[in-house]
This record gives sequence, C-alpha cells and structure tokens, in this order.
Amino acid sequence: MSARAEAPRRHRHSAGVQLILDFLNRLPPYRWTQSRLVRWGITGRTAVTAVPYLWLLLFFLVPFIIVLKIAFSEARIGMPPYAPLLTWIDGSVAQVNLQLKNFANMFQDSLYAKAYLNSIKVAAVSTLFCLLIGYPMAYAIARAESKWRHILLMLVILPFWTSFLLRVYAWIGILKNNGLINNFLMWTGLIDEPIVMLQTDFAIYVGIVYSYLPFMILPLYSNLEKMDLTLLEAAADLGARPFKTFMTITLPLSLPGIVAGSMLVFIPAVGEFVIPELLGPSDSLMIGKVLWQVFFTKRDWPAASAVAIALLLLLVIPIVLLQRAQAAEARGAHR
Amino acid sequence: MATNPRPQQQLAVWNDPQAVPYVHIERVTKRFGDFVAVNSVSLKIYKKELFCLLGGSGCGKTTLLRMLAGFEEPTSGKLFIDGVDMTGIPPYERPVNMMFQSYALFPHMTVEQNVAFGLKQDGLPKDEIATRVDDMLKLVRLQQFGKRKPHQLSGGQRQRVALARSLVKRPKLLLLDEPLGALDKKLREHTQFELVNLQEQLGVTFVVVTHDQEEAMTLSSRIGVMNQGEIIQVGTPKDIYEYPSSKFVAEFIGNVNMFEGRLIEDEPDHVRIDSPELGGTIYVDHGVSSAPEAVVSAAIRPEKINISVERPNQTDNVVQGTVKEIAYMGDMSVYLVQLASNKMVRITQPNTYRHAEGSITWDQTVYLSWHPSSPVVLSE
Repeated sequence: MSARAEAPRRHRHSAGVQLILDFLNRLPPYRWTQSRLVRWGITGRTAVTAVPYLWLLLFFLVPFIIVLKIAFSEARIGMPPYAPLLTWIDGSVAQVNLQLKNFANMFQDSLYAKAYLNSIKVAAVSTLFCLLIGYPMAYAIARAESKWRHILLMLVILPFWTSFLLRVYAWIGILKNNGLINNFLMWTGLIDEPIVMLQTDFAIYVGIVYSYLPFMILPLYSNLEKMDLTLLEAAADLGARPFKTFMTITLPLSLPGIVAGSMLVFIPAVGEFVIPELLGPSDSLMIGKVLWQVFFTKRDWPAASAVAIALLLLLVIPIVLLQRAQAAEARGAHR
Repeated sequence: MATNPRPQQQLAVWNDPQAVPYVHIERVTKRFGDFVAVNSVSLKIYKKELFCLLGGSGCGKTTLLRMLAGFEEPTSGKLFIDGVDMTGIPPYERPVNMMFQSYALFPHMTVEQNVAFGLKQDGLPKDEIATRVDDMLKLVRLQQFGKRKPHQLSGGQRQRVALARSLVKRPKLLLLDEPLGALDKKLREHTQFELVNLQEQLGVTFVVVTHDQEEAMTLSSRIGVMNQGEIIQVGTPKDIYEYPSSKFVAEFIGNVNMFEGRLIEDEPDHVRIDSPELGGTIYVDHGVSSAPEAVVSAAIRPEKINISVERPNQTDNVVQGTVKEIAYMGDMSVYLVQLASNKMVRITQPNTYRHAEGSITWDQTVYLSWHPSSPVVLSE
C-alpha cells in the first residue's frame, strides 16, 4: 500500500509538532515501543482516559473498600481497634469473621434513625433556603452586563480563598450574645436583652446556607447564563407578562440547574459535622456528629464505618438524580 | 439627483393620498451609545401589504423591526400601529406578533404547547384553544407533529411551527425576521410561495426583514432598501429593479453595468451621455432632471444588453468588445466582454434554443447593443 493511502489516518498537527513526530518516527526505539503498546491495545487515547480512572480507583474505590471491610469487622481493644475479617487457622484453613451487628445495631438504637432524619431535614431546609437566596443572585449575575458578570462571580467565589473553618468561626463572633448583631440591635434600642442565636438550630441553618450558597449559585448561573434570551422575547411577544414568562419559560428551563445546585448543597449538608459542632446546640442530633462521636469518643471503628456506609447509600439516590439532571442538561445543550 | 420618468403606475394603495397607513413610522432614530442604528426613518406601510426591509447586515433593518415589536424603544421619533402611538407600550400589549430568525421555539414544550402559548396568555377557554391550535397546525401541515418537541423536527418543520405560533393569535401585523434564512435553497423557494399564499389567505400585514434580494423580489408588495440606518428607496420590486434611485440600490439589487460619463445633450425627450469608459455615447430616450455637463452614471442591466457577431443596424448604443469569459448556466449564459478601455461588461442572454451560445466563443470580437430605454441615469 502506498504512503498516500495511509495519509487520512494521520491526525493533523501543527508544523512544529509534526516535525517532532517525524523525527521520533525515525528512531527505532520509539517505533518499537509504540508498536508494542498498540499491539497491547494501548493508544494515546486510552492512556489519557486511564489517568482519571486510575485516580478514582486509588483515592475513592480503595478507601471505600477499606471502610466497607471495617464495617463488617468486630470491634476489639487494640491497634487497629477491629478484628481482621480473615484469619488463618493452622496456616491452611481460612476463617471469615463477617459481622452484621454493626448494621443491625443502627436499626435497634433509635438514636441513629433520629440523627439520619434530622440531618436530612436540616439539609433539605438549608437547600431550600439556598435556592430561595441563590436563584435571584444567580439570575441577577447572569443578566448583569458582561463587564460586571466576572466581578460578581468572583465575589461569589471569593470566600473560598479563606479557610472554611475560619469562616464558620467568624459566624460565632457575629451570632453570639455580645456579638455583632446583638450589639448593634441593643445599640439601636430595638432590644434590651440579647437574642440567643448561637448554639441554636437557627445558627446551624445560617452556617450551612452561608457555606454552601456558592454551590447553589454557580450551577444556576451557568444554566441561566446560556439561556436563549430570544425565548423570553418570544414569550413577551405572545402576550406573557414578565412574571408569567419567568414561571413558564425561565423556571422550567433552569430546572437542571436547580437540581444540580440543590444536590451540591444537599449531599454535603447531610453529612455536615463542623457547622453543627461549632454553631449548633451541644445536643444537636446530626449524623456527622454521631459519626464523629462513635469514631473518636467511643473508638468503635466498625460501628462508625457502618454509619458511614449507611450514609453513603442514603446519598447515592440523590447523586443518581444529579447525574440524570446533568445528562439531561448535556442533551439540552446539544440541541 | 437624476430622476427617470416611468410609465403610468397602476393605482396601488401607497399611491392613494387618501389612504391611512396601518403602520406609520415617523422620523424614528435609534442610537446604541455612539452608534446610530436607525437614522430618522419615516415609512408608511398599508393594510395587507407584504413589505420587505432589505439591506446588508448592520443596516438597521432588524433594529427597526424590533422597535415595531416593542423590544427596543426609539431614541426619538414615533411609531404608530393602527393609529395608536406605540411609545412605552410593552411587547406583550402590542397587537403584533413576531417570527424570530432563530424561531425561538420553547424547547421544553411540544409543538402544540408552543402554538397554544399565545392563546393561553389571552385566557381563552380550553376547547377554543384546542380548535385554533388544530386549525393552525392543519394550515401549516403539521397535524401529525403536534406531540413532538422542537428538537425532533427538521428545519423546515420548525420554521412552520414558528409561523403557526406567530399567526395563531390572528395578529393584524406580523413581523418576520429573516423567516427563510435557515432553510436550504430548494425549501426556501418553496416556502416563499407558501408564505405569500398564507398572507393573502389571512389578510395579515407582513413586515419582513431580509438580506436576500431575490427573496425580497419574490415576496414583497413593496421593498424598502436600507443602508447605514437609512431608507434609501421604497418601491415595488419592479420599481426598485428598473428604476433604482441611486448607484447603491442599482448595485445592491441584481447585477448592473455602470458607465460613467458626462451629459452632452440634455433635452426633455432625450439625453446623450459621452462615456470614455464605454468608448462611445449613450443615447437615452427620456429626459432626466440633472445639471447640464454633470457627471452621471448610466446603469444598464446585463439582460438588457444584446450580444451579436454582426454589427447591429443602429447608430447609437453600440460598442465593440472582446469576449473574455463565457459561463453556461443552463437557462442562460453569462458573457464577460472587455471593451477598448479595459472595462468589463456583463451580459446575460437566455438560452432560448439549444446551442444558442454556439456562435460566440472566447476572444471573439462582438458587438454590444441596447435599447435607448434601457439605461438608467444616476447621479449619486
């Protein structure tokens, strides 16, 4: 076969890249390695896609399997504080010691169910407030003049530049009895006694809504920003007033953004530990705190692992929903 | 400006001084910052007209249309629709519907829901909405597609949904922004005639924005040619083609050969132009109003020039040249003939019988001639 017939298979490269490739192709070691790799089915494309898979395997799947293993082990005093799953008797017979009691225990002790339910309630309410606050903000940014848009987006992202922990601590200074809000209200004379806000459920909501608001705004913004504005003109042209246009066109079309933002807030909020610990009442029942106590106070690694696995399963459902929404959005973008 | 007298026109509504315009644009200007998009445009459009705003991109035609729809407010000037001043009236309260260039179909709604949207805003009873949507879909032959989403339709079908959606409210005035721009050539030609039929059938006034001069010629009752925010000429397609008022219009609509020259005879019934470019004089059988000795251009359409091997039996309006290019287009042939001054002249001849072009070949010396009524004398 002539060289010309092979030409279409080659990718187009810039002149410089082509020069380097031509040079490499003349070196026998390069050609030998390349032909071997291709024979094993490893091309440049598979090598590139392998990197993220390898990353996920190493840092997500392997730790998950370790936690799963611990969840099925029996607690014991020692280091590590759990019994191995697999023991060898006489060096020939393997004995598997699989414990389900860590999971069974969660059903028997109503504390866990209450903690899960309360966490879901707190996360759901926080998500709703994030949506109510974040939607108008995302809308305003998306419709702002383009020179302002980047500045406004920057302001949304700016808090990430300081430590999350510091920002939650700052809220203590704002909410406490002689904090910013109470001092100001007393100074104006609106109240005579400080309002107790710190170490209440209210403070938990404030902390979560504040911390996760950017995760709501950003996906909503990216959705609203790419919306075809002639659709709104078309609705107005057909007689719809601005509010009606919003309800019938903008809102339904931004649904994928709403779902994506809500999931990004809801999922981490369910397992939130720092915010209820620092801002909430000491008896606040959230699964993140329960997990911390079981792990560090009771030092019961298997029970803590079981709690974590159950939490994970609980969150898989919204994650699947999130992926569906994103897939729908991707399909919409291709139209 | 040179004006060319024209034959008695048939009495059309726009020639009737008593007629009341349906759309009246009065010295409307629109500025975006320093940029003047529309510059003091005045225009009268009458009921049941199919009026085309024709011009290149950035000439202000779409801005003018958007001001009629209410998406832009004029910087100065007034717009009247059916005698009502439209200043400050939002789009959702105007008796106007628009068909968008991108169609702007709602992607999350079915074809039926798209068409029904406008009627729902008026709060019509459900069964009436259903019948009117049904009738409209029948009219644009999309009955079977009512349950589909826009992305499941072809370009031509989407265009018809957009048309149905803009017509279902029975507007008195329909604005169309490049209605056929997204369609391929064959479909476009077909749809042009459908659009005209529909317009006549429903008796709606259409204002169409287009950059396609062929489309404007086929569709319109009248054309308004725009350039740099101004209306250059308003007239019927025939007016615009046969009696362009400026070089811009002559060159924008169709092809034209321009010969620059000086008026050497200026009589009420004829003029003679000496054109060094042509290498001869042009005799025109009608008078023009222009300063004597003025530099003018004579515009002659390619199809109005005759090409022959033998010298035709006329003394005026004949010039010799050499054939440089022949393009056989099937229905006609295009010749490019070089004159002694090196000027290229474009001539089109219909191929009325097979091998009509047979006798003329490359580098042959030919004679070009035209009727004294053909040249249009333009001074700007």
